Amino acid sequence: MLIPCPVCGPRDHEEFAYGGDATVARPTIAEQSATAWATFVYDRTNPKGAHQEHWHHVHGCRQWMVVSRDTETHAVTGARLIGAWAEPETEPGDD
Amino acid sequence: MAEYSIWSVLRHGLTGNKGWKPTWRKPDPKPSYDAIIVGGGGHGLATAFYLAKEHKIRNVAVLERGWLGQGNIGRNTTIVRSNYLLDENAQFYEWSLKLWEGLSHALNYNVMFSQRGVLNLANNPAQLDQFAERGNAMRLNGIDAELLMPDAIAKLCPGLDLSQNARFPVVGGLLQPRAGTARHDAVAWGFAHAADRLGVDIIENCEVVGFVKEGERITGVETTRGRIAAPKIGVAVAGMTSEVMRRAGITKLPIESHVLQAFVTEPLKPLINCVVTFGAGHMYVSQSDKGGLVFGGSLDGYNSYAQRGNLPIVHEVATELLACFPNAGKVRLLRSWGGIMDMSMDGSPIIAKGPLPGLYLNSGWCYGGFKATPGSGWCFAHTIAHDEPHALNAAFTLERFHEGRHIDEAGTGATPRLH
Ligand SMILES: Cc1cc2nc3c(=O)[nH]c(=O)nc-3n(C[C@H](O)[C@H](O)[C@H](O)COP(=O)(O)OP(=O)(O)OC[C@H]3O[C@@H](n4cnc5c(N)ncnc54)[C@H](O)[C@@H]3O)c2cc1C
Ligand SMILES: [Zn+2]
Repeated sequence: MLIPCPVCGPRDHEEFAYGGDATVARPTIAEQSATAWATFVYDRTNPKGAHQEHWHHVHGCRQWMVVSRDTETHAVTGARLIGAWAEPETEPGDD
Repeated sequence: MAEYSIWSVLRHGLTGNKGWKPTWRKPDPKPSYDAIIVGGGGHGLATAFYLAKEHKIRNVAVLERGWLGQGNIGRNTTIVRSNYLLDENAQFYEWSLKLWEGLSHALNYNVMFSQRGVLNLANNPAQLDQFAERGNAMRLNGIDAELLMPDAIAKLCPGLDLSQNARFPVVGGLLQPRAGTARHDAVAWGFAHAADRLGVDIIENCEVVGFVKEGERITGVETTRGRIAAPKIGVAVAGMTSEVMRRAGITKLPIESHVLQAFVTEPLKPLINCVVTFGAGHMYVSQSDKGGLVFGGSLDGYNSYAQRGNLPIVHEVATELLACFPNAGKVRLLRSWGGIMDMSMDGSPIIAKGPLPGLYLNSGWCYGGFKATPGSGWCFAHTIAHDEPHALNAAFTLERFHEGRHIDEAGTGATPRLH
């Protein structure tokens, strides 16, 4: 599998560490419901097909990114950086 | 005369082996059953067998979307053991091992269970200490375990590299003598054979595509061969758990599907006479009765529903095999394949009633579901028949994650790819 790192270009997935389902949202620190935290930690949709997932380019630029990959075919269709170096998300109607 | 015996082998041998009959029927589905098991892998078939045998519930159908043995039951590296640290796992897997010990007779089908021993190599002193702890825990649970030093290992497994200048020298090992291997296909066929003889309908090419609901209660399934009703429906579909349960309206589970690869070499003369696992990484190997070295290692490490993996793992696992058996360096790899594992969030299984009325769930088998096959079927059948778990599977609930009652053998937390 080649992952198209936005910084380094297409690189073998062996250079990356897997970070799991990127659609799982961490509750804010103010969240007091135990169920909300347990859901975040344990419950997964685990889809067969399109999957948004975190990968960390540990043996490259060391950036975290969200990769779009199909869990049935392993086809990778895109990657975007997250965190401090991410492109600002453009809201619809921003431009 | 039993259907399969020395006499039937002789009789058919003398008459050109033309008289053998298919070992299970190919019935059409009936409109309703007392219980339906979704998934004709090892666990589904074992469940149906024990429902019929132990609980006299014989009006049962096993629905399999493809053919028997196409899933993980026909793809694993066949290791059977009960060398667990935590009580819940130790007692469950030990009961499964006891069932293995009488299985060929119980099924009247030779599953070629071979108690050749499983040897876990320790490659540093801290690991050996940990194995001593595990061995003691096993013995306290009534399970056989022996701590071995390199001289004893050399006698047990002559082909192994025990030189002290190896990159990861072997400092000792933990042996479970009663552990071993079995023939995986024969396990599926044997349970199918015995369940069929007790009246269970095994229905292949019958995919469950939906569930029939009355309010919250599940009362039947929609299949590619029509609607079938039953008051009790057990789901045992391994790597497909999330997808099948989604069809019942359960959108999230503490399960991720991951691909695990396995490898087999060309046949060799006897080289490895027990199961060996490598302690400095993750690799397990045994030699099949045909002579091939059967081995595997870690998951590829990302969510997957593809029954094939990628090359980095091939490289890693082969490297580890050579670290143990440098003499296998010129042996050619014949085949490799992958299976989809139902990895749970704590590495332990789920055998439980629910999560909806009328539904029962069997899942979360990770790497270890082959050895669990008889024990899992036995406990799941009990749970379905009595509407409550047996003491052996009482801890394997679906709710334990939210309740903080994890059974995390590896201590790696809620990261399924690490279990
Ligand atoms: C490469 C590999 C090596 C392994 N090595 C070992 C080992 O050495 N020791 C060990 O103990 N365990 C091992 N395992 C794990 C073990 O094989 C599994 O945990 C176990 O087989 C899973 O249970 P099962 O046999 O019921 O699964 P499966 O055989 O996968 O059965 C599930 C069945 O459900 C069917 N199904 C899915 N969806 C539907 C549907 N909608 N309708 C109807 N049917 C459906 C599938 O077709 C399949 O036949 C290994 C697994 C793999 C992949
Ligand atoms: Zn990069």
